Amino acid sequence: MTAKLDLSAVYTILDKSGRKQQAIISILQEIQEVYHYLPQEVFPILSKELGMSEARIFSIATFYENFSLEPKGKYVIKVCDGTACHVRKSIPILEKLRSELGLSEKKKTTDDLNFTVETVSCLGACGLAPVLTVNDVVHPEMTPDKVVILLNKLKEELQDAE
Amino acid sequence: MLNNREELIAYRAAAEKDYAAQEKKIIVCAGTGCVAGGSLQIFDRLKELIEAKGLPVELGLAEDPHSPGLGLKKSGCHGFCEMGPLVRLEPQGWLYTKVKVEDCEEIVEQTIEKGLCVDRLAYKRDGEIYREQSEIPFYRQQTRMVLEHCGKIDADTIREYIAIGGYSALEKALFDMDADSIVAEVSDSGLRGRGGGGFPAGKKWEQVKRQKTTPKYVVCNGDEGDPGAFMDRSIMEGDPHRMLEGMIIAGIACGASEGYIYVRAEYPLAVRRLKTAIAQAEELGLLGENILGSGFSFQMHVNCGAGAFVCGEGSALTSSIEGKRGFPRVKPPRTVEQGLFDKPTCLNNVETYANVPSIITNGSAWFRGFGSEKSPGTKAFALTGNIKNTGLIEVPMGTTLREIIFEIGGGMRGDGEFKAVQIGGPSGACLTKEHLDLPLDFDTLKKVGAMIGSGGLVVMDSHSCMVEVARFFMNFTQNESCGKCVPCREGTKRMLEILERIVAGEGRDGDIELLLELSETISATALCGLGKSASSPVVSTIKNFREEYEAHIYDKRCPAGACQKLKQIVIDPALCKGCSKCSRSCPVSAISGKIKEPFTIDLNKCIRCGSCIDTCVFKAIKEV
Repeated sequence: MTAKLDLSAVYTILDKSGRKQQAIISILQEIQEVYHYLPQEVFPILSKELGMSEARIFSIATFYENFSLEPKGKYVIKVCDGTACHVRKSIPILEKLRSELGLSEKKKTTDDLNFTVETVSCLGACGLAPVLTVNDVVHPEMTPDKVVILLNKLKEELQDAE
Repeated sequence: MLNNREELIAYRAAAEKDYAAQEKKIIVCAGTGCVAGGSLQIFDRLKELIEAKGLPVELGLAEDPHSPGLGLKKSGCHGFCEMGPLVRLEPQGWLYTKVKVEDCEEIVEQTIEKGLCVDRLAYKRDGEIYREQSEIPFYRQQTRMVLEHCGKIDADTIREYIAIGGYSALEKALFDMDADSIVAEVSDSGLRGRGGGGFPAGKKWEQVKRQKTTPKYVVCNGDEGDPGAFMDRSIMEGDPHRMLEGMIIAGIACGASEGYIYVRAEYPLAVRRLKTAIAQAEELGLLGENILGSGFSFQMHVNCGAGAFVCGEGSALTSSIEGKRGFPRVKPPRTVEQGLFDKPTCLNNVETYANVPSIITNGSAWFRGFGSEKSPGTKAFALTGNIKNTGLIEVPMGTTLREIIFEIGGGMRGDGEFKAVQIGGPSGACLTKEHLDLPLDFDTLKKVGAMIGSGGLVVMDSHSCMVEVARFFMNFTQNESCGKCVPCREGTKRMLEILERIVAGEGRDGDIELLLELSETISATALCGLGKSASSPVVSTIKNFREEYEAHIYDKRCPAGACQKLKQIVIDPALCKGCSKCSRSCPVSAISGKIKEPFTIDLNKCIRCGSCIDTCVFKAIKEV
């Protein structure tokens, strides 16, 4: 196991939300924003503080696609596979990303927790298809070659940060 | 804070004056598309250059302008995304396309200082140059009502919205009208729900108004999940106050005092702009307690979706706002009776609300002057796919596909021939050449088994395989099926399996009939709209392109040459120079060889993505 998680942010978020059951989705979203996923440890806390069963919270966390129970990478890369991007060849871009990072449809995050690669159904930037986003920043008109350049740049950023 | 009508009128007069005093305006498109193309850097660079020259400039429309004369603005989507980043210049009305940071200096020196047009940035087509935005064929054919401000005003400044007449409809609704006359005006206008169904908005408002139960809610569906559609996003990003104004008016009409906007989490910019707009409206007293001293109060909330397409369905959307899983439920009771928190709820989509202010201001007769008799007004469409001018357009209802695709859209991109257009997303259908002259309105489309849906138009050419398109949409619907009812959960899965095997060259005799039978059962028995219409893309492609299905099943051949598993990629050794470019571009390392000798492809590894074909300079790689 990794070091114990600092869960104080969860309480801050709860305090801000007014502890209403109705706000559970936005509470989960905010927690995910802090930790990049929903750590297992938060479920009993939320259950106790909001007065709803862990099972119900879990059912919501698994229903919505945006929630992840697995840790995500520092860089979350989302490849758009909406109609327009699909028609303009988004799949080779996805394949290139996966092969460069050693990922697959099942394995979405690298072991060093630096990169997560997933698909998204439409980002609405169809005029610039095919697109992908890195931590919500849109990169337009991608090609497999541009993917390599992008990854190298991100890896450099990671090294610089260390 | 504006305490009464007079203060709003005075505020507007001052804003109008300052707005008019801004003789020159530089409007940089800050829609999602142009931002991705670097428009924010362009904005910053323009600001820097102008300030360095010591020219007085004002960002947006400030409360207390110090440097009138020149305004620099970040607007919402101009629509012509293909040509982005876009910069509009006023008073000339010029539009600069594909602008780069390096171009900024020339823009400031030539256009701002000398009033000259930088012709190389103007739009050109067939050797002709179009300096003025309104002259460009893409815009000339459009009628922009809902999108009239998108690309013209600063999306982050309420004062600018008020300067061009914003919130005057709210003022009229609060002080010169009552609930009955508002509902009557909207009913008379014939405005129909722009989210797909086309239900008369006035009728819906009337039904909510009639309910005795309180409190009531006004909800806006901004969960635009259809792949290939971005009309609502552009409205929320480009003219958020217009939609808020429409919702507040709906609140007065229905007797509701709380509004919820449900937006996809995939639209972070729209969420941000909406939140800014709400805060500004609250600060001015146009939202909140006792609006303009009228006694009417209205609170607005923004809820973010969490990635579930089904939440675009009314009852699923309301249960998601309630903090539950987004499951649709059996109706009746309908949303107007028991919607959000089981209370009467007025639920419309973004574009519908955005139509309301101009109906209230100009009257229903004015609105009926646009579009067709049964479907008055205009409709925004997102034009994408294999077409020259992708982007956001708005045309009167009843415009034909031919006008949209060949005049506004500029025709097909590349060498392909027009084959079909997919309308209405995963619930919609494919229309073909024979439908090109049909007027696009709710009823005509229904007659041919299609629907306007939210308004995504994906144009496909002869290189698109219709079976693959059907598979793509079925894959989407299957992924998004919420799992509550069996017909949708299991039925879409079975249909997807069949489509997958057909495109893989493993289709069997009888598959077409089985697909049709399944789709009939699912449509008849599924619980909500998502399931009921899930099979539309399949049924319509079978109806219009049955021979393509048959070619896949019986001849193991894809007539469009698109299905990857039905093709092989080979390198012609006579043409290959052994440069290794293809092997470097191959995402799965299937190509190998010695430099300066012909390379080969390992067909077991090859995923037939075709990226090697695109990279080969010698045209040595072909599909057979």
